[in-house]
Amino acid sequence: MLRYSLKRLLSLLVSLAVASLVIFFVVEVAPGDPASFMLGVNAQPDTLAALRAELGLDLPKWQRYLAWVGGMLTGDFGTSYTYRTPVAQMIADRLWVSLPLALYALTLSTLIAFPAGIYAAARRGKPGDMAVMGATQLGVALPNFWFAMMMVLVFAINLRWFSAGGFAGWQDGLLPGLKSLTLPAISLALPQAAILARVMRSALLDILGEDFMRTARAKGLTRRQALWRHGVRNALIPVLTIIGLQFSFLLAGAIIIEQVFYLPGLGRLVFRAISSRDLIVVESVVMLLVFAVIVVNFAVDLAYAAVDPRLRTRT
Amino acid sequence: MSLLEIENLTLSIGGIGILDRVSLHVDAGEIVAVTGESGSGKSMTALAVMGLLPERASATGRIALDGRDLLTTPEPAMCALRGREIGMVFQEPMTALNPVQTIGAQVMETILVHDAMPRAEARARAREVLTRVGLPPERFPLTRYPHELSGGQRQRVVIAMAIALRPKLLIADEPTTALDVTTQAQILDLLKGLVDEFGMGLLMITHDLAVVAGMADRIVVMRHGAVVETGETRRLLADMRHPYTRMLFEASRHQVDLPAAPAPAPLLEVQDVVRDYRLPRTRLFAPVEHARAVNHISFTLNRGERLGLVGESGCGKSTLTRAILGLDEVQGGSIRLDGEPVFTGHRPNLAVRRKMQVVFQDPFGSFNPRHRVDRLITEPFHLLGDPPRGAARDAAIAEALTAVGLTPGDARKYIHEFSGGQRQRIAIARALIIRPELILFDEAVSALDVSVRAQILDLLAELCRAYELTYLFISHDLSVVRSVTDRVLVMQAGEIVEQGPTEQVFTDPQHPYTRKLIAAAPVLPELGLGVA
Repeated sequence: MLRYSLKRLLSLLVSLAVASLVIFFVVEVAPGDPASFMLGVNAQPDTLAALRAELGLDLPKWQRYLAWVGGMLTGDFGTSYTYRTPVAQMIADRLWVSLPLALYALTLSTLIAFPAGIYAAARRGKPGDMAVMGATQLGVALPNFWFAMMMVLVFAINLRWFSAGGFAGWQDGLLPGLKSLTLPAISLALPQAAILARVMRSALLDILGEDFMRTARAKGLTRRQALWRHGVRNALIPVLTIIGLQFSFLLAGAIIIEQVFYLPGLGRLVFRAISSRDLIVVESVVMLLVFAVIVVNFAVDLAYAAVDPRLRTRT
Repeated sequence: MSLLEIENLTLSIGGIGILDRVSLHVDAGEIVAVTGESGSGKSMTALAVMGLLPERASATGRIALDGRDLLTTPEPAMCALRGREIGMVFQEPMTALNPVQTIGAQVMETILVHDAMPRAEARARAREVLTRVGLPPERFPLTRYPHELSGGQRQRVVIAMAIALRPKLLIADEPTTALDVTTQAQILDLLKGLVDEFGMGLLMITHDLAVVAGMADRIVVMRHGAVVETGETRRLLADMRHPYTRMLFEASRHQVDLPAAPAPAPLLEVQDVVRDYRLPRTRLFAPVEHARAVNHISFTLNRGERLGLVGESGCGKSTLTRAILGLDEVQGGSIRLDGEPVFTGHRPNLAVRRKMQVVFQDPFGSFNPRHRVDRLITEPFHLLGDPPRGAARDAAIAEALTAVGLTPGDARKYIHEFSGGQRQRIAIARALIIRPELILFDEAVSALDVSVRAQILDLLAELCRAYELTYLFISHDLSVVRSVTDRVLVMQAGEIVEQGPTEQVFTDPQHPYTRKLIAAAPVLPELGLGVA
């Protein structure tokens, strides 16, 4: 188990190094000079040169790469070209919205999907299964911003239980913050839950056809006991894979939902940074997202091994 | 009153009749074998007793355990019976255990799910039964996972689960079919010992008549969902009344009539071949280690000769086969066909490969279901520089299909339209169509019923007469190898421990391993067949 974890950890570090190289050079190669963008089309060449020197844009690429990576390792992400504030601070502010939102949505999605998927698999081909499958079909098909708008209409405008947008912040405690994230989290969670429920159902159906399920029944387990004790844990491997992918998506892919609910999240930050050629912000946010994805994958790998003893190699 | 009484059990699934008025009984301490070919309804009879029939099944008649009718027992009460009163052992030990639970947990579960005793006692009982089935906790702690055990050891765990609560009736569905002969002999001994010790009734389902003859007190022969004959083992073997029973026994001991092999002239020369596999590194920078699957093997296969290769799983048979076919590169020695190496440099030699064909075990998995038969059997044509086209191709297809006992009209059909035996004929047609110098049969009849197997073996003999075939016949089934080969190689742990003329090796084995193999293989007794 220890060796397995160390191996995974090593592959995590290598992935991070490669990712940082790719991100830096791809963004650098993209057309558009931040300095001329900031000064406008009529800028004087010498002001432009001065600004470029100030931003460090005149240094060779590899020096800038090393400076960037070295800075990140010490928590210094550089200074935003457009806002002239430390990138680390900007990202930290946004993370306080995006990370809880992603976790909140993922929790909801799992809480909905597990029971729904298990219920459907246990009642394969019966009305209960068909109802779940129909609902998840809709959930997969409808975009999350539609759910978002419906949520706003029903719970914010008609019932007035939640505010229609904005973020209350965490300074007044946990509840006001969570409350303002609830509608966005539900909108994000519903389509994800639909996908996850379908994966759970089909993984479980595969397992239900396995020989060891029949063995379990032959021991005297009821259908339900066999399903819970022998089915669910074996079905978790594909489900964990999807959960890992979903978390990465939720962290960065919430741009539209952030727009609908007017949330100051990472998605909106990176969107604005791209349109204003604020390369250093783009690079840093992308790097952070890559970091998150890789760390989540690492966690998923460890979870696999926890679930399945065959992966804890003992050669 | 018998322990288990089945009376007029009739079963249909979705309107299709599966069982037709099946009646049999098992007494305490008795071993009853149900035998028959695939589709005869043996397994469904067992599942009906367990109350684990598929959902759309409807059964009538009576299945009484100790006088209690199981067909009318409601599901919760059946759950209480399964595992406690009736235990069951299945065919496939590799998949019958939950891969993510320890063997201790799985054996204890049988006890705990019935609330038979507190956890600590259940653990002690699990240790006790695992010891009884030959897995003492000192060597096989309860914390082992199934993947850390061999097939035979896993089957012992399955048996331990089934007998943990000392059921009155044990049902074993092909319990040794997936195992090697020496392991099979051990498991059969174990089952017999348990029946004696606990006075259990054992209902054993098997297609292997030699196993039946050696184990059972009584035999029930089934065909197409009905019992055709039943009786005490010795009486039934001495006096078979039903033609089907007689046919089954004759097919099981079927001997083919091979034409004499021509004078020895080497075709395949295997010289000092070594095949190593890389093992995964144990530490990050540890030197790479190798496992030797084939260890300095040499033999010659003469033109027109039929050579057998026997050995248990893991002995290197398949690895050697792959090397001969030029699918893997060897790490030492040479393999030559007709003087040409099968591997030149690091690439397979295509000029040699087109002289060899192979027939695999699984008649269901070895064909692409989307292609028609003509396309399937002409696949080897891509090995030829100038394959036949048009009328010549049609003629080649028609000839190959006719040679294996099918008709040219079958060329336009899809593979799902054929039975297992017919598929194996098509596989042979595919091998024959380019008139190879050498055919490798890799467990080619192991998945077939005895009657179909006898037909395929006869077909081989016919083809030998018509085409002067040279083949290497790889199998774990000693009786089949004995029937269709001139010479035999016995392989153990990557080495050939004995080789010689087939009859001589079987009647006078020299190596202890060969003796052990032959002793472990169940044999049909030499009685009864003349009584008709």
